[in-house]
Amino acid sequence: MPTSLQSMPRADDGAPVSKTENIVEVRDITKFYGTDVHALEKINLGIPVGQMTTFLGPSGCGKTTLLKIIAGLLEPTSGEILIKGAPVSGPGPERAFVFQDFALLPWATVLRNVAFGLELRHEAKNEREKVARHYIAEVGISGFEQKYPHELSGGMRQRVGLARALAVNAEVLLMDEPFSAVDEQTRRKFQEDLLHLLAVEKKTVIFVTHSIEEAVYLSDQIVLLSPRPGRIHSIIRPEISRDAGPDEIRRDKNYLDHVEEIWQDLRKYLE
Amino acid sequence: MILFGRQIPAFFSLLIWGGIWEIVGQLDLVFIFPPLSSVLVALVEVAQRRDFHEAAAVSLKAFSIGMGFAITGGIFIGFLMGRVETADKVLGMWVNIFASAPLSSLVPVLMLLFGLGQLTIIVTVILFSIWIIALDTYAGVRHISPSLEEMGKSFGASRWQLLYKVLFWAALPEILAGVRMGLIRAVKGIVIGQLLVAVVALGRMFQTYSRSFLMEEFWALTLILFVFALGFSSLIGLLEHRVEYYAGTRI
Ligand SMILES: Nc1ncnc2c1ncn2[C@@H]1O[C@H](COP(=O)(O)OP(=O)(O)OP(=O)(O)O)[C@@H](O)[C@H]1O
Ligand SMILES: [Mg+2]
Repeated sequence: MPTSLQSMPRADDGAPVSKTENIVEVRDITKFYGTDVHALEKINLGIPVGQMTTFLGPSGCGKTTLLKIIAGLLEPTSGEILIKGAPVSGPGPERAFVFQDFALLPWATVLRNVAFGLELRHEAKNEREKVARHYIAEVGISGFEQKYPHELSGGMRQRVGLARALAVNAEVLLMDEPFSAVDEQTRRKFQEDLLHLLAVEKKTVIFVTHSIEEAVYLSDQIVLLSPRPGRIHSIIRPEISRDAGPDEIRRDKNYLDHVEEIWQDLRKYLE
Repeated sequence: MILFGRQIPAFFSLLIWGGIWEIVGQLDLVFIFPPLSSVLVALVEVAQRRDFHEAAAVSLKAFSIGMGFAITGGIFIGFLMGRVETADKVLGMWVNIFASAPLSSLVPVLMLLFGLGQLTIIVTVILFSIWIIALDTYAGVRHISPSLEEMGKSFGASRWQLLYKVLFWAALPEILAGVRMGLIRAVKGIVIGQLLVAVVALGRMFQTYSRSFLMEEFWALTLILFVFALGFSSLIGLLEHRVEYYAGTRI
């Protein structure tokens, strides 16, 4: 399907989405904090299985709020979240969260941190450590099993956070600006590794970011949110071929056009 | 200690004070200050006496029981206040008042209530230390990064798991600081309490010595108590040091 530069509002976005099954359905989600702060207004959204969906929008538009509602960490004021067709309230084993500030246990080694989700499920120690070692290797931090978080760089800490989310074998990974606390080089490397990893692991990912480039580079589907109260402004499917190398992609016309288009959209909100 | 604008190591500063004490004592100016050397002789002698051992055992036991209650109770109150808004509103003010109140004046009342025995010591220790432990635990609980709690929840921790696998450890540096402060306060409390109660264990020995003007023995006993308190507090300090590496790195 040729990529359209037109932003596609959800209403006529049916074609590409209906072909794939939605693992997560967001239905009429509205969220108030207290009585005054209207964070989200009637969000309707489908998250296609096996794809990367990004939430993008101006600061304070409710990206984190929406992600946490999907994670079951926040109660919506109204509306519901469906996972594989069934409504859920609260966190569940099919979803795993990767935190912006990593949220590692500072008193536990990398190995224990990665195995922590399994520890909470009462899995036997050698069983869960075997799984943890596998994912520690997969995110590229072998050899650091016995280190403590404060001995690692920001980028490595986030790899621990990612390995922990992978270790519980959830189908949906929720990431809230996972790279915002790491430097630019680390971030690029991390993005590439993430794409590679997701091709192997076949996860559905919902990803919050501030970076238009990051969104276009990583996403199958970009959800643009308007300022508070957050509504869906448009949904964009960049459809960038991932066959090319990362540097070619970043020079690709299609990629650059999408970045420019989204920038033009978001710019309105800054004025 | 700073002398002539230079930092003197703690050990040397102790030596200097010891020296001053010895000189003042040798000058025989005030009879309540015998020379340090004779106090040390008395200390060796006192430390070998049966009645001292018995008295110390009784005091130590009462002290430990009191601290045990104060630590569990303090941590419990601190967590309750830190996690439950109503508990914070209801208890907060009282805990703060008790933590800063001059509690020594209550000791005579305790003697009336609980009699002249171990129970009074136990209650005194609890009363002197529980509030500061509660307050520090509370501060620690309030300090816990919200994302750490969300992490626990999102990975399916039960309430109980969240408490003992995440929240307790996250608050541990503050809890230990509170326990150390509580310990020091309890020692103070027990010294004041003992001197006032004066009828049980070490308190009675103090009383006997001061009444018979056995100043060497009196100071020996004081030194022993001092060393004990210091020992306890550095033991906790050691524990604190073990969690220090993450106290600073928590977000
Ligand atoms: N606990 C809260 N109580 C009250 N208001 C809140 C709370 N959390 C968030 N908000 C408000 O709700 C709005 C949406 O917040 P949210 O954190 O979801 O935005 P965001 O899009 O993630 O922002 P950012 O890009 O800065 O991370 C913001 O205006 C924020 O101030
Ligand atoms: Mg946010």
